[in-house]
Amino acid sequence: MIPRPFEYHAPASLPDALSLLQRYGDEAKLLAGGHSLLPMMKLRFAAPGHLIDLGKIGELKGIRQVGNEIHIGAMTTENELVWSPLLAQKVPLLVEGARLISDPQVRYKGTIGGDIAHGDPGNDHPALMLALDASFVLRSAKGERTVPAGGFFRGPFVTAMEPEEVLTRIQIPIPGAGTGWCYAKLKRKTGDFATAAAAALLRAKAGRVEFVRLALTNVGATPLKAQAAEQYLQGRAFDDAAIAEAARLAMSICEPSVDQRGDTAYKTAMAGEMTQRALRTAASRSQ
Amino acid sequence: MANSQTVSFTLNGKAVQAEVEPRELLIHTLRERLRHTGPHIGCETTHCGACTVDIDAMSIKSCTVLTVQCEGTQILTVEGLEQNGHLHALQEAFTQEHALQCGYCTPGMITRAYRLLQEIPQPTEQEIRYWMAGNLCRCTGYQNIVKAVQSAAAKLAAQPA
Repeated sequence: MIPRPFEYHAPASLPDALSLLQRYGDEAKLLAGGHSLLPMMKLRFAAPGHLIDLGKIGELKGIRQVGNEIHIGAMTTENELVWSPLLAQKVPLLVEGARLISDPQVRYKGTIGGDIAHGDPGNDHPALMLALDASFVLRSAKGERTVPAGGFFRGPFVTAMEPEEVLTRIQIPIPGAGTGWCYAKLKRKTGDFATAAAAALLRAKAGRVEFVRLALTNVGATPLKAQAAEQYLQGRAFDDAAIAEAARLAMSICEPSVDQRGDTAYKTAMAGEMTQRALRTAASRSQ
Repeated sequence: MANSQTVSFTLNGKAVQAEVEPRELLIHTLRERLRHTGPHIGCETTHCGACTVDIDAMSIKSCTVLTVQCEGTQILTVEGLEQNGHLHALQEAFTQEHALQCGYCTPGMITRAYRLLQEIPQPTEQEIRYWMAGNLCRCTGYQNIVKAVQSAAAKLAAQPA
């Protein structure tokens, strides 16, 4: 399986990448870790005329704390997320999620920015980003803008990014002290996409939900923010009845596509089950 | 060849060059141009891990990386593990623990296990299973592969640094 011919560019700086992108427009694709794009090119589902490799641009890498936020360069790999002491301390949800992505080899190459910008509803970072209230910094030759994760995912493989833009940075507000977390992912085997998955943040005080975020992977055309479930849980006593109702509300927004992972009813039921597990585990980790 | 370019990298400690089209995958350059047939083509779809090589201290599936992306890198294949006629502890352990039957997955398994032991020198069984999960074996049932990695880890730990 060999891709169609293309021209390869390996700019050493972001301005160089942006001017290449401006020059080639729709004919160009950005290459991050390449573990979604290259398989698509090998299958000839994608055949860009120009490939712009972001791999040599050092400023797109790294994880650091800036005030009350964690900033992650878009070219930071999954493996770097997995091993980051800063993330383990400040945003453990992201470490738990990254550990469940694909397999070890893919995690050395695959990047958080690529996973987000690809717009695949099967990818895990989109729902994690919704749960974390993250925002994305997009740069083009014309300037820079910041887009919240909530408005970013528009449909399967469609995002708010313009063709001349590069996703440079992910900005995540650090969850408040004592916030529990969980990414519950059902998958058939290592390396598979989720049959259904749920990302949860939850903080309870005296048995009542003080703060909650909930988002779902691979049960719709985009990752889904389970807003009705969040609103229902907010301020409520965290008990079995509340968890069951939150799961029911989460299931009510699911419209999964049918594939070998299951039919609509099964995937929807699994989204409910993952929601319950994620909420319970997050609550058990809440302090 | 239209559009070809020269790529230079280090392969098992030796400087090498290859003239490739940008679309050429590393596994093909290694096997067909540089005659390193240790890395195998299994699934060609990033699943099986038979083509695993070590690039700049990362285990990578060489069916899913372009050769042009490897400019200036240090690449290690299973051929580079033996030193002065002595097999690496992992290679010894794979034979002693019967960690292979047909052998097709073995170069990828050993190359991946090499990087794992660099990162986690004394992994638990659970850690071995988690960090080796990108390599498929259709013969052994994995039990002896896990044993071989454990056995090699113990042997390497006993050796003076």
